[in-house]
Amino acid sequence: MTPRTTPLHDSHLALGARMIDFGGWDMPVYYAGINEEHRAVRSAAGVFDVSHMGQVDISGPGAEDFLQRVLSNDLGRIADGQAQYTLLTNDAGGIVDDLIAYRRGPDDFLLVVNASNTEADVAVLQAAADGVSVVDRSAEHGMIALQGPTSDDVLDGAVADIPPFGFAERTVAGVACLVARTGYTGERGVEIVTPADGTLAVWEHLLAHGAVPCGLGARDTLRLEVCYPLHGNDISPTTNAIAAGLGWVCALQKDFTGVAVLRRTKEEGPAQRLVAFRMQERAIPRGEMAILDRDGTSIGAVTSGTLSPSMDEGIGMGYVRSDHAGVSSAIVIDVRGRPREAVVAGKPLYKKES
Amino acid sequence: MAEGVYPDDLRYHREHDWVRLDGDEAVFGITWYAQDSLGEVVYFDPPGVGAQVTADEPYGELESVKAVSDVIAPLSGEVTAVNEAVTENPDLVNRDPYGEGWLIRVRLDDVSSHGELLDVDAYKALLPE
Repeated sequence: MTPRTTPLHDSHLALGARMIDFGGWDMPVYYAGINEEHRAVRSAAGVFDVSHMGQVDISGPGAEDFLQRVLSNDLGRIADGQAQYTLLTNDAGGIVDDLIAYRRGPDDFLLVVNASNTEADVAVLQAAADGVSVVDRSAEHGMIALQGPTSDDVLDGAVADIPPFGFAERTVAGVACLVARTGYTGERGVEIVTPADGTLAVWEHLLAHGAVPCGLGARDTLRLEVCYPLHGNDISPTTNAIAAGLGWVCALQKDFTGVAVLRRTKEEGPAQRLVAFRMQERAIPRGEMAILDRDGTSIGAVTSGTLSPSMDEGIGMGYVRSDHAGVSSAIVIDVRGRPREAVVAGKPLYKKES
Repeated sequence: MAEGVYPDDLRYHREHDWVRLDGDEAVFGITWYAQDSLGEVVYFDPPGVGAQVTADEPYGELESVKAVSDVIAPLSGEVTAVNEAVTENPDLVNRDPYGEGWLIRVRLDDVSSHGELLDVDAYKALLPE
């Protein structure tokens, strides 16, 4: 199958990006290098092409009630012009997708979902819609994340007023966009939803104003340092939202898909929990490596791992038996047959010096 | 180095290693193509000095931010030195793969065994366009 491309594909190639297949999309993994791009976002400003992400419009009478039944978080807590991190759950309390819901108005929402889950999400949503309009608009949009402590300066302060998890219609480089103060890096920044044919103009404007182009490699190391889960790695339709540490986005007092299971999990405590950990020895954890206790008994598995560019040590996340999930719990990672010591650490793993 | 460089005074192994012969010893490293494929090298797990390495088998690991790769011994012998500069600063492998980014020095079991290695043209012929 021919990989799909974003409106910025030619630009990536012209910038000399190393491309990879990412869930059926031909995407840049890095341009100059993962570490360099990572540091640009931590210290200045970087831009990411996230046009592969899906945009789904949910509208019409009853749209809010409908979303309240299928999404885990309580949309009643946000006003028009605000966004919310939430989960699309299944009957088992598993995570079909994690996404951001934007409330544009009464009964008018935009969902921004993970690229490779878009079709599955739309199918689940349409099956439950009961007359509410569910329309996949992904092909009509591009999307660019501008992230980093100097990101406001890149746009001359034009979006500096947008509060965390707020969004607004703004013109960027002459293109009408939806600009949201959200991101996946732990840094101040915005995500810009563009019309597909205006994406390149916005991208080139941001590059011309000093933002460093960053690929999916840095996106992954940045999000892992601040312990944002990656769907498909850390969370999935078979992982319980409470076990994943996402109870904070599950409004268990309301009724939504899978809530009964999640209430029980909350009450009884999950058998495993998704924890963050740091290596105590020079070694890099990788997904699917076994997690052991100090006697060598398997107690879980790594779901994400890397060498942290900010802290220069191996870090990761993984599920461990709940009796080993406490912060400071000593665990062992099986690094290709060699036991390497690690310690469960609080989330986020990386905190900005203040 | 944005473009592939392959010195013609080295011998090569199809697993993207180079060999610099020096009497009954040899220095091993990885080629420009290998380091470019890995991306930024962030970790080198070397064998110990005195360890035996065997031709065509892994003797160490190089990790980049995204991937781990075994390093294959081009020839058999005993490790006489490990490049500690690379264990300290693994990106030397990217910056200078044939110089400061060398990996190990080995006393060869059979000095004549290098005849099985590739010359630069034969190695370059293996590389994708």
